[in-house]
Amino acid sequence: MINERYQLNKELAQMLKGGVIMDVTTPEQAIIAEKAGACAVMALERIPADIRIAGGVSRMSDPKMIKGIQAAVSIPVMAKCRIGHFAEAQILEAVEIDYIDESEVLSPADDLYHIDKSKFKVPFVCGAKNLGEALRRINEGAAMIRTKGEPGTGDIVQAVRHMRLIQSEIGKIASLREDELFHAAKELEVPYDLIVYVHENGKLPVVNFAAGGVATPADAALMMQLGAEGVFVGSGIFKSGNPEKRAQAIVKAVTNYNDAKILAALSEDLGEAMVGVNEDEIELLMAERGK
Amino acid sequence: MTIGVLALQGAFEEHMRMLHRLGADAFEIRKRGDLDRAFDGLILPGGESTVIGSLLRELQMMESLSEAVKNGLPVLGTCAGLILLAKEIEASEESYLGTMDISVVRNGYGRQLGSSEKRALFLGKEIEMRFIRAPYIKEAAATVSILATVDHKIVAAQQGNQLVTAFHPELTDDFTVHRHFLDIIRKSR
Repeated sequence: MINERYQLNKELAQMLKGGVIMDVTTPEQAIIAEKAGACAVMALERIPADIRIAGGVSRMSDPKMIKGIQAAVSIPVMAKCRIGHFAEAQILEAVEIDYIDESEVLSPADDLYHIDKSKFKVPFVCGAKNLGEALRRINEGAAMIRTKGEPGTGDIVQAVRHMRLIQSEIGKIASLREDELFHAAKELEVPYDLIVYVHENGKLPVVNFAAGGVATPADAALMMQLGAEGVFVGSGIFKSGNPEKRAQAIVKAVTNYNDAKILAALSEDLGEAMVGVNEDEIELLMAERGK
Repeated sequence: MTIGVLALQGAFEEHMRMLHRLGADAFEIRKRGDLDRAFDGLILPGGESTVIGSLLRELQMMESLSEAVKNGLPVLGTCAGLILLAKEIEASEESYLGTMDISVVRNGYGRQLGSSEKRALFLGKEIEMRFIRAPYIKEAAATVSILATVDHKIVAAQQGNQLVTAFHPELTDDFTVHRHFLDIIRKSR
């Protein structure tokens, strides 16, 4: 039964492919996101850019606020819990959330253990910046993976780094001899059977999205061309001058990520992008949380 | 035989793979220009119907596709694809292609916790049915044939050359639904 549930949860992520998941903080924003073509929304009290500004401990959102967003839209609703905070995850499961993001954007609750996600019926998405992290999260029961990027910055450099690294590590595993896989599993600190899957299929066993720093249609197209199967956009939309137009443009950019003419038309006249912070100006590297 | 698979969002790759395994030619439809290619059948995949619907509109493909289906182009719609073809969507003002005389309930089994795997009869053959935040058909006109029901809900139907399932045959290794679709195309030619 548990396996059957896990299979269905991985399949929900397959349905999200080629789509854009948007951070929203109110039912009104959720409706704007759905109308603009979001394939799911992430309900949270503060978007990552504001979490950075506010500082302090950042926690799971108020369930009442999440329910308000669930009532407002027909697309799947996701919410974040702190790394390792399985009680927050239990609460999110109780409000029948469609996907839980065990997220480094919130303050970690456990500096050693992630949540044993195989104990839950609802699916989890987790961040990863390399293949080892991705496979460890999958082994714990994650049904979907995303890059960690650097949330709330509007700077794409880390998402690019994570995606390139994961893809090149996958390529390397795929090209190994079979008798070298045991050592690879040891090096990456992951189970042998997951390494065998990557070796045989040349991909992760779950869907892999890009997240962190996506602010423009070009950013989204870049991540898709690098191998992402869809994108999360956090602060990039509702921190920009014209959220509706920008959201729509990013959705279309993900569908036609290989067509530069369409991308050029989409990139026109979007108003002001979020200001953003460069990687070396950041004091807190969220991507370093949870390995 | 060439089949166009709508590839705006969702699980279109899974359909492409299914068609290749059956030896049918398939290509992805991502923009208006792709509709200029000749094709004998159309697949509307699973995904989010609101996303695919708004992209169909924004990319100016809705009317030509709706017209083509009305003129007899064979079409298979799975899950979100079923919603796109329905004339009526419960609790919603809008419809999309609106070519099939059915009314559907979106997220008919609730949220992700309501997703399930079932085995049931499709055209008299037991097959695996995977329901992911699936819709179901609440009402169908007399001209619509019911091909499968699960727990008293209609989950597969056909009207002329339009075939719909609330479940995802493309996520299984069972070719029954896709073979039936290819038969519809052959007969229509």
